[in-house]
Amino acid sequence: MNTITLAHGSGGGLMHELVEKLRIKFSNRILDEMTDAAELNIKGARLAFSTDSYVVKPLFFPGGDIGKLAVFGTVNDVAMKGAKPLFISLALVIEEGLDFSILEKVTKSIMGASRRAGVKVVTGDIKVVEKGAADKLFINTSGIGVISRRGVRIGSKAKKRDVIIINGTVAEHGMAILNARENLKFLSEIKSDCANVNFQTERCLAASRNISVMRDPTRGGLATALSEIARASNLGIEIEEDRIPIKPKVKKMCDILGFDPLYVANEGKFISFVSGKDAKRVKKAIGKSARIIGEIVPGHKKEVYLKTALGPSRILPMLEYDQLPRIC
Amino acid sequence: MEVCGTHTMAIARAGIKKILPEEVKLISGPGCPVCVTSQGDIDRAIELSRKKDVIIATFGDMMRVPGTKASLEEMRRHGSGVRVVYSCLDALDIAKKNPRKNVVFMGVGFETTSPTVAAAILRAKSEKVRNFFVLSNFKLIFPALEAISASKETNIDGFICPGHVSVITGSVPYEKVAKRYKKPCVITGFETIDILKGIERLIRQVKRKRHNVEIEYKRAVRKEGNRAARKILSSVFEAGNAEWRGLGVIKKSGLKIRKKYREFDAEKKFKLKSKTVPAPRGCVCGEILRGVKSPPDCKLFRKICTPQNPVGPCMVSSEGACAAYCKYNEDMTYATDRERKS
Repeated sequence: MNTITLAHGSGGGLMHELVEKLRIKFSNRILDEMTDAAELNIKGARLAFSTDSYVVKPLFFPGGDIGKLAVFGTVNDVAMKGAKPLFISLALVIEEGLDFSILEKVTKSIMGASRRAGVKVVTGDIKVVEKGAADKLFINTSGIGVISRRGVRIGSKAKKRDVIIINGTVAEHGMAILNARENLKFLSEIKSDCANVNFQTERCLAASRNISVMRDPTRGGLATALSEIARASNLGIEIEEDRIPIKPKVKKMCDILGFDPLYVANEGKFISFVSGKDAKRVKKAIGKSARIIGEIVPGHKKEVYLKTALGPSRILPMLEYDQLPRIC
Repeated sequence: MEVCGTHTMAIARAGIKKILPEEVKLISGPGCPVCVTSQGDIDRAIELSRKKDVIIATFGDMMRVPGTKASLEEMRRHGSGVRVVYSCLDALDIAKKNPRKNVVFMGVGFETTSPTVAAAILRAKSEKVRNFFVLSNFKLIFPALEAISASKETNIDGFICPGHVSVITGSVPYEKVAKRYKKPCVITGFETIDILKGIERLIRQVKRKRHNVEIEYKRAVRKEGNRAARKILSSVFEAGNAEWRGLGVIKKSGLKIRKKYREFDAEKKFKLKSKTVPAPRGCVCGEILRGVKSPPDCKLFRKICTPQNPVGPCMVSSEGACAAYCKYNEDMTYATDRERKS
């Protein structure tokens, strides 16, 4: 690896390779767990801590904006550890020349999103850089929450006989961003699913003590998130194409552009790996849009298989490079 | 044989080959526009990107295709003006916003894509945009179909014909292939059910020793095609000889910009010459495109040539046969499938 390419930020295999190179340098028991948030034990209090940076373009898109994304993204990462998110930090890197009205609009959105997620912005930072050094606005948020349920231990490893539940339809955020950024002018507006999921995860945890993993399938999509978990767990995963919920207009847009929806980013979704006996209860706790999409299977260790609608199975590899629209 | 990269991917994604009886074999042909672009044509674009006053605008798929010395993506990383666009009109916009640069749209594609480029050239003409150029590597699928049909290398019984190309061309051009070479042709859509129906119709024709042209993709394709698109296309482009990776030079199989619009022709502007450049050593993309070999037959496949480090375009293109094999593991049958079969 001599130079960093855009592919190193795509959420796929190359990014994992880069993250691993860096992780080794900082290796410790907490970091090595490699979950969406780190679990900290401070004088008996169990805390979850996460950080993320937001560089989305355009800043405003159907269904959300960079501000909303910056709050919900970090809140969701903290929630994936089974924690109740409480506080976030907010750091802004602003490009010289940005219209103040844009900053105001983003700030308003951050306030609304924080209220909705039940978190407070408690510290922050602002930097202004010269024109060209940042693309209008970059945001970093870090979040902290409390893991208060006894016996809850959400990690990176699924267990045998776990069943996989997703809380709703896939591929909306990535397609909404693409449509907005490239001005593709699809008549049917697709909105990002940008949303906080922390209240849904709380209900999951109230419904079952046998949840082994929770993950939000952001960059790299559902397939990449499943692939990460399969590798970490040293177990095989099988999901069924027919069971994966997707809105018809999103599927159509993916078909037209030649995109596989399983690799498109989501921002208001999470998957949970639950013991089979608790699956129905957890599904009900999440809500009407939840679906059981697959399960842990014996054999095929570290791999994810998709049973196609036609019947045969195929491997779902981790995303390597950003998907590109087909030419013809 | 399917001759469309989108079909190649759709077949692999659905696992169609795994459910067909042993007597039915699907072979991928020269349907991926990136894959059939010759090494020499790729090198030309890369050389052009070195010029400081040039911005190369191209489809994302072309970025990682390895040239003899570098790829367009590598050139971009080293400071060359290379941009990914979603359409030729995006390239025209870039030209308007960068009047001091020469913006060259590197065009690859078949009859589906080339009318939109013709439209962009017409717009550039009417808006008097002086710094917009097209490097045409567009190809026509029918001469390639004839070349494959005439070849004794493979014994193709019928063609799954490209749905979107046919939206433009209609079904009439396939009749020459069907009648002269006695190969049934079924114009097929891209849903799994479309492809299965297309295969079924081909099998029926083969069994009845028929060689007709059928349209399975009736919801999008009409016999007469899209006359307006063809009119725009022929007003700007004319057929000329073109080199295809794996197939060599095929007469009248490429699109050249007509004299009337020569001010937009990058070949003329930058005095580019076509050169035949040998494929990378060991790469059998050419034979794969002709349907003579399949990806696992290549000694480099998955060992040296991988999606992360592609040697040939069939591995790097999002519609290449090798990319399909790798991504969807077409050559592997899983335990779950064996259980279902038994």
